[in-house]
Amino acid sequence: MLSIHLILFLAFGAVAAAGAINLLVQRHPINAALSLIAVMAALAGEYMLLGAEFVAAVQVIVYAGAIMVLFVFVIMLLNAGVEEQTKGSRVAILFGIPGMLLGSLLIAWVVLKHSGTGDVAVGALPGAPNVIGQLLFHEFLLPFEVTSILILIAIMGAVVLASKPPVPGGTPAKKVQD
Amino acid sequence: MVPISYYLVLSGLLFACGVCGFLIKRNIITIFMSIELMLNGVNLSFVAFAAHWHQLAGQVFVFFVMVVAAAEAAVGLAIIIAVYRTRETLNVDQVNLLKL
Repeated sequence: MLSIHLILFLAFGAVAAAGAINLLVQRHPINAALSLIAVMAALAGEYMLLGAEFVAAVQVIVYAGAIMVLFVFVIMLLNAGVEEQTKGSRVAILFGIPGMLLGSLLIAWVVLKHSGTGDVAVGALPGAPNVIGQLLFHEFLLPFEVTSILILIAIMGAVVLASKPPVPGGTPAKKVQD
Repeated sequence: MVPISYYLVLSGLLFACGVCGFLIKRNIITIFMSIELMLNGVNLSFVAFAAHWHQLAGQVFVFFVMVVAAAEAAVGLAIIIAVYRTRETLNVDQVNLLKL
């Protein structure tokens, strides 16, 4: 029987899977980035189905918003063109594709048959954002603070890495004097 | 009602697509996007298991994964810009020396 929950799950899942496969097929990075944004939006829908409103909102704001905007900006900045195709080895085609199919079928069969997991109703998680905030600032306070330091270091590292290198031929100290 | 295993299968599919893209892509930016796809697949299984076990800690872990992904994206894209500035290419086949 097709419940509305299952229909919504299949619709969002189809969008996510199609976007992921489109990422593999596309040759231009900007098309791959746009299909990845579609995957992330569909995953936000899945999170809403599971009742994780906080995660869905953060997914849209941080992932589809901030990180993908960064990606698109870098693609535009570097003027990335269509990637060149390289010849794959015959062994990879001969063994890789059947092996991949076999492995994924095996994993899907094990998960579907032997996981012994129950069903999830719409909004099954008791995850109101204020409860998550309580958890984040009591139980996970130390990891939270450590991630803030991580972000700070990452920002400084990004600025240092992406800044212009000194012009060859003149030392930086000399340039300051000029 | 949707079985939790459907979510896990979708998560595994996304992760497999990410691994496949990581291996077959030649553009360094697309490889980086495949890593993000893998992280998204893992996040989905985190949330699915959080719903199954009624443990909110799973959602907090997803939050941490997103924070680390944001930091990784910032540093990684800066490295990509630095690589492009010295090599004038984004093809990973031509970026095979640590020092020019």
